[in-house]
Amino acid sequence: MKQYNRRDFLKVSGTVAATSALAACGTKQTDIDLDPMGHHTDEVPTDKMTYRTNPKTGDRISLLGYGWMRLPTKREGDGPNNEVIDQDEVNRLTNYALAHGVNYFDTSPAYCRGKSEESLGIALAQSGYSRDKYYIATKLSNFSPSQWSFEEGVKIFENSLRYLQTDYVDYLLLHSVGGGGMQNLSQRFLDNGLLQWLMEQREKGRIRNLGFSFHGDVAVYDWLLAHNDEYHWDFVQIQANYIDWHQADGRNVDGSYLYSELEKRGIPAVIMEPLLGGRLSKVPDHVVAHLKQRKPENSVASWAFRYIGSKPNVLTVLSGMTYMEHLEDNIRSYSPLEPLSDEEQEWLEGETAALIKSYPTIPCNDCKYCMPCPYGLDIPGILVHYNKCVNKGNVPESQQAANYEKARRAFLVGYDRSVPRLRQASHCTTCRECVPHCPQNIDIPRELQRIDQFVEKLKQGTL
Amino acid sequence: MLRKTRLCLAIIFWVLITWLLVDFTSTAHAYLGWMAKIQFIPALLSVNVGVLIFLVALTLLFGRIYCSFICPLGVMQDVIAWFRRKKNKYSYSPAHELMRPIFVLLAGVALAAGFGWLAGLIFPYSAYGRIVGTLVAPLYKLANNVLAGIAEHYESYAFYEVDVWLKSVGALVIALATWCIIAVLAWRGGRTWCNTVCPVGTVLGMLSRHARLKVVIDANECRNCRKCERNCKAACIDLENHEIDYSRCVVCGDCLEECKFGALAFGYKPMIDKENIIYAQRKKEQAAPPKKETAEPIDEGRRAVLTSTALLAGAALAQAQDKTTDGGYAIIEDKKKPERAHRIVPPGALSAANLREHCTACQLCIDSCPNDVLRPSNKLNNFMQPEVSFERGYCRPECNRCSQVCPTGAIKPVTIEERTAIQVGHAVWVRENCIPANEFKTCGNCARHCPTGAIQMVPEGEGLHRNERGRWVDRDNRPIDMNAVHVIPVVNEEKCIGCGACENLCPVRPYSAIYVEGHDKHREI
Repeated sequence: MKQYNRRDFLKVSGTVAATSALAACGTKQTDIDLDPMGHHTDEVPTDKMTYRTNPKTGDRISLLGYGWMRLPTKREGDGPNNEVIDQDEVNRLTNYALAHGVNYFDTSPAYCRGKSEESLGIALAQSGYSRDKYYIATKLSNFSPSQWSFEEGVKIFENSLRYLQTDYVDYLLLHSVGGGGMQNLSQRFLDNGLLQWLMEQREKGRIRNLGFSFHGDVAVYDWLLAHNDEYHWDFVQIQANYIDWHQADGRNVDGSYLYSELEKRGIPAVIMEPLLGGRLSKVPDHVVAHLKQRKPENSVASWAFRYIGSKPNVLTVLSGMTYMEHLEDNIRSYSPLEPLSDEEQEWLEGETAALIKSYPTIPCNDCKYCMPCPYGLDIPGILVHYNKCVNKGNVPESQQAANYEKARRAFLVGYDRSVPRLRQASHCTTCRECVPHCPQNIDIPRELQRIDQFVEKLKQGTL
Repeated sequence: MLRKTRLCLAIIFWVLITWLLVDFTSTAHAYLGWMAKIQFIPALLSVNVGVLIFLVALTLLFGRIYCSFICPLGVMQDVIAWFRRKKNKYSYSPAHELMRPIFVLLAGVALAAGFGWLAGLIFPYSAYGRIVGTLVAPLYKLANNVLAGIAEHYESYAFYEVDVWLKSVGALVIALATWCIIAVLAWRGGRTWCNTVCPVGTVLGMLSRHARLKVVIDANECRNCRKCERNCKAACIDLENHEIDYSRCVVCGDCLEECKFGALAFGYKPMIDKENIIYAQRKKEQAAPPKKETAEPIDEGRRAVLTSTALLAGAALAQAQDKTTDGGYAIIEDKKKPERAHRIVPPGALSAANLREHCTACQLCIDSCPNDVLRPSNKLNNFMQPEVSFERGYCRPECNRCSQVCPTGAIKPVTIEERTAIQVGHAVWVRENCIPANEFKTCGNCARHCPTGAIQMVPEGEGLHRNERGRWVDRDNRPIDMNAVHVIPVVNEEKCIGCGACENLCPVRPYSAIYVEGHDKHREI
């Protein structure tokens, strides 16, 4: 049984107060065992994980996949880049995940300033699990024009094996194709013969499954699937969640389209951004009430996981779990998966999605693909702060707003806290180097200028 | 009674004015700004006739209570002396009748010559302001930052973090030296500084000789125990002759409490004297002549040395990196101060000369500046006086705080509207540093942030002009590809107010591609 400290106790008693209030007025029955303090009386199950089978290799993949992009960090030394991966914590999370049935780990040479693969290699090696007990997914992340040659591409793959301390990759992805359109795809994979080489490695067994992850121009997606006879995609990684399913944000492609195209061809789908980098868990109070009303004991995030896990052609759902609580909660959601009813699915895709979209947040998932900005801006820091203020009602429309003074202070003081002044939006030169890197197709300079103008109005009192 | 009243009022006043000097949020200024403005020298320099009349009248009525109640430097000395827990630590010494007018004269000459800061070295309020501003304010800010950290933890916005940085080594050294000298003098001799060096003490002393109410000794009641003399921090009680040097008495009331025989009183002197004479004559007949005690010798030489030490002491373009991995931050180089041919002084200062003449370098504006724009100058002819520079921030359009807090009229009060129309300088473009002038990259951050719209981005090239729809076209009225030309900032100097937004927000480091050149005389646009 977990030891509870005073803080947990207070937090839990708060939850109890809230839930008992709801229970008093509602009639919803709970199917979760809670003790009188509101703790889960059952341990997080170690043997109930839902698995999906890869039709080609027969791999039994846990429905929860571990994304290696949002790793826990700690501060070491001075300087702006003093946040390093907290490997001890990473190891602890890895061991816990493996012990609870998670067996799919998804990394990339680009993640975490290039340190993600190495960290995964260390974590898996120290876990004591044999190589056939888990599956490693990594990517060919040749984004920079300096990496577009065949030799550079091969080098990236060979380095991945070295860092991951293995001689084969279970799942290899062409990383984030679609951005920059067909031209970019050709430059990165087709003209230089890299894709042919990767297919050869698949033949040799150094790559067990070959696929691609997609963001951006749907023409690329369609082209790659249209050439499936040639490339034989073993899996495809797509962004899907209940607010992107129909009428996706901005220039994103509807999840329903991407998914059905795969289902049609019998290609399993790996899901990324089921939570949109926390945007579907850090929601306004209004949305929390809306979701919790149905299942007060379940987390807000669990709805997103159960939603996408309920789609049968999903092989695994990736989540970048920084904290043990996230990991525990997500394991619960899939141990085993309790599929959503049709009514519940419609309720999420329709009403709930509309409610969330009614808050004018910027669709930034804090993936940091845009970073580092050559001029030193903390782009995700700025956008995440703005979104947080939108959700908390701290983005007043005018000075006439009822909470104007309080909201103004919260926005400005919080801004300086979240982002050092020299890295704030006022320093954007509109060079647009970040724009092609954003998987969500956000017009970053435009948003930064909009936020900067808003900040100026708050500061000058001219809103 | 006098002593207790003084203690209460002096401590309240001292604490509040110290808060005023360290507060960076402008909360204190709203309520306590007057505390700096009723100080003698600030009132004199800003020709604040009302305050001057009040202070003169106060001194003519009660003596130098200004020095004991209102002057923060005076109270600071009392506090330092209080820490020396020793009874009977002082003794009478004659006044330095030569030194006192010399210091007044020196200060006057320095002021007349336009060296406000030089005179400010010995002006009590500005000396105190410097001590607090450079030595205490950073500690106050650090304490605030600790609270801000705690507040952040609890998602409270009650406190916010501020930068703590060394604004000027010169000012720090001066403040530290001033504090050491005054502390040593106060420790050894109480109000030596006030009664020898301080020009305000000397001037008020001339008035307080004629004060209506004074401390008087009743020689008839006096048993010559000398407790009053030995506890007089002003060293002004000559018990030998039962006389008090009223030019040096700061009306602290300590002697009144020390006297167990009721021989001292605070009142109207001629009346008491008259009574005293009658009693004295009567007593003389009865009592034997008092036994003479020798006063503790005073180390005059050492004192002189200390005083003279006080005088002596007075005397590259951002480069985009090849991005192969995600996350992390580019290193941001610190900005460096450009060589400005003319210094910039804050709006309201009217001109560089006005600031130089009226500012006594009390540092109040510098510590109030929320944008880290003001810092003490290191140049000799305006040493420690505020100077504007934009390495850490710029003079924001919604701020007029320095003009509101200045007690001496060196920076005259201006409203927000006036402030954005005062031209303190103009922007100068440096082609060699400018990104879009040298590469085919967009920027325009200076133009975007110019509060008066004095900067516009213009494509370079012969025959390029705006068509009637405002689009840039070539000689044959064909739209041009803005990505294939250098789009450079051009400055309309007439509209520029010299706020430094362009210089501060220019992405080029350490030297910006656009900087502000100060104007000797400000004007309105």
